[in-house]
Amino acid sequence: MSRQPFTPDQYRELVSKLTPPSRMLRGYWRAFWVGGLICAIGQALTLWAEKLNLGEVTAPMFTTSVLVFAGTTLTGLGVYDRIGKYAGAGSAIPVTGFANSVAAPAIEFQREGAVMGVGARLFTLAGPVLAYGIASSVAVGILYWLARGWVL
Amino acid sequence: MSRAGEQTFVYDRPPRIAAHQSVAGPKEGKGPLASWFDTILEDDLLGQKSWELAEMEMVRRCVQAALNEAQLPDARVQAMLGGDLNNQIIASSFAARALGAPFIGLYGACSTFVQALVIGSALISGGHLENAVCVASSHYCTAERQFRFPLELGTQRPPQASWTATACGCALLNNAEGVGGLRITCGTVGRIIDLNISDANHMGAAMAPAVFDCIAAHMADTGRSAADYDLIATGDLGWIGRDLLLELAGAAKLELPPDRLIDCGASLFYQEQDAHAGGSGCGCVASVGCGWLMKRLEAGDIRRLLLVGSGAMFSPTSSQQAQSVPGIAYAACIERED
Repeated sequence: MSRQPFTPDQYRELVSKLTPPSRMLRGYWRAFWVGGLICAIGQALTLWAEKLNLGEVTAPMFTTSVLVFAGTTLTGLGVYDRIGKYAGAGSAIPVTGFANSVAAPAIEFQREGAVMGVGARLFTLAGPVLAYGIASSVAVGILYWLARGWVL
Repeated sequence: MSRAGEQTFVYDRPPRIAAHQSVAGPKEGKGPLASWFDTILEDDLLGQKSWELAEMEMVRRCVQAALNEAQLPDARVQAMLGGDLNNQIIASSFAARALGAPFIGLYGACSTFVQALVIGSALISGGHLENAVCVASSHYCTAERQFRFPLELGTQRPPQASWTATACGCALLNNAEGVGGLRITCGTVGRIIDLNISDANHMGAAMAPAVFDCIAAHMADTGRSAADYDLIATGDLGWIGRDLLLELAGAAKLELPPDRLIDCGASLFYQEQDAHAGGSGCGCVASVGCGWLMKRLEAGDIRRLLLVGSGAMFSPTSSQQAQSVPGIAYAACIERED
């Protein structure tokens, strides 16, 4: 016997009416300026690296290393989750966010040991990014190889 | 008559609440109900090696405090009924290992405490037990890592998300004769209700129909109405879930006056504490019930309370497989006797 006064569809409508929306504009602004700042820092690092004669290939690698180191350190200090809470995608999308997604489970699952804890859980969040990132780069590579006669 | 209607147990020999204790974590201890908790933890790790051991220790301390209050030695506890949100309810069973009492492990998600009261009272009223410890706990850090993300991950929570309370509540029931004190007079076992809410963050929306169904069943079974209760307290619907419950009751013409309906989760934190929709977790209704509400009953400020625990019966697996979130509720009528 059902006592429910609403059908699931009616109820879903009521739920969306009574649930306050996320503050999208504020979210966009915060993501924009924090994400932009992280990227600007990255660009400044690259320019600096080029000045040090690190070369076109090495300079971006230098930048990535510094940003990953910074993201991991800020995660360890318990600061990055606060930045993430404020900036959302602005701090999740840059490579510092990738570092955070690896360092956070590393800290969390230490107590389950080095193998089944940290080892097994390290890439629970970053794993999908790596899997699909590598898979799509392979796909693009094959397309490029097939099309190189026309493109070049 | 030990049964009324379709879902309600009536306790012929209503058990007495001989002692009740509440423990709240540091964040909960800064909320509006801080002065009503018996213990506020300064360190949510409780000097342990892991969050799971910390939650177990919190349960152990809470049960021990209740036994001390009633001056009942560990060896005379006839049963401990309890549960928590960890896989295989390890916080409760590990605490029961330390206590050494016969253990009945329960799982009703965040409704577990009221589930324990309803079952424990039936066992005492039926003469199977002379006393029973009813307990439930939750810990923010054990729940997050199990149901959501690592603590240090930089994510945003939607407005409808609730905050798992680090808290524990324990009530010691016995079959003492005589008058005075608090007694549990009847209990209603809810049905699993699912109105196809699939957002596992929106537990208030998933549980409100189950809470509505349980309250409606309780009123129909007992022939009572909200007017017979000084207060109806729901477990952890949160602000949005409470509004949804009022809408459901209004549409079904079930009397439920807003001024006598409170939600433990919505009462646990200040808005500024960033808990979004409110507190949740087994420890929410347990600590608020054993703290604020039972103390108000003892003070005589309210005389008859309907405590309705609510649970969202999903797991990370069911969520990842895109299943909806079924809700459950249990209701216990707690009365002050003079």
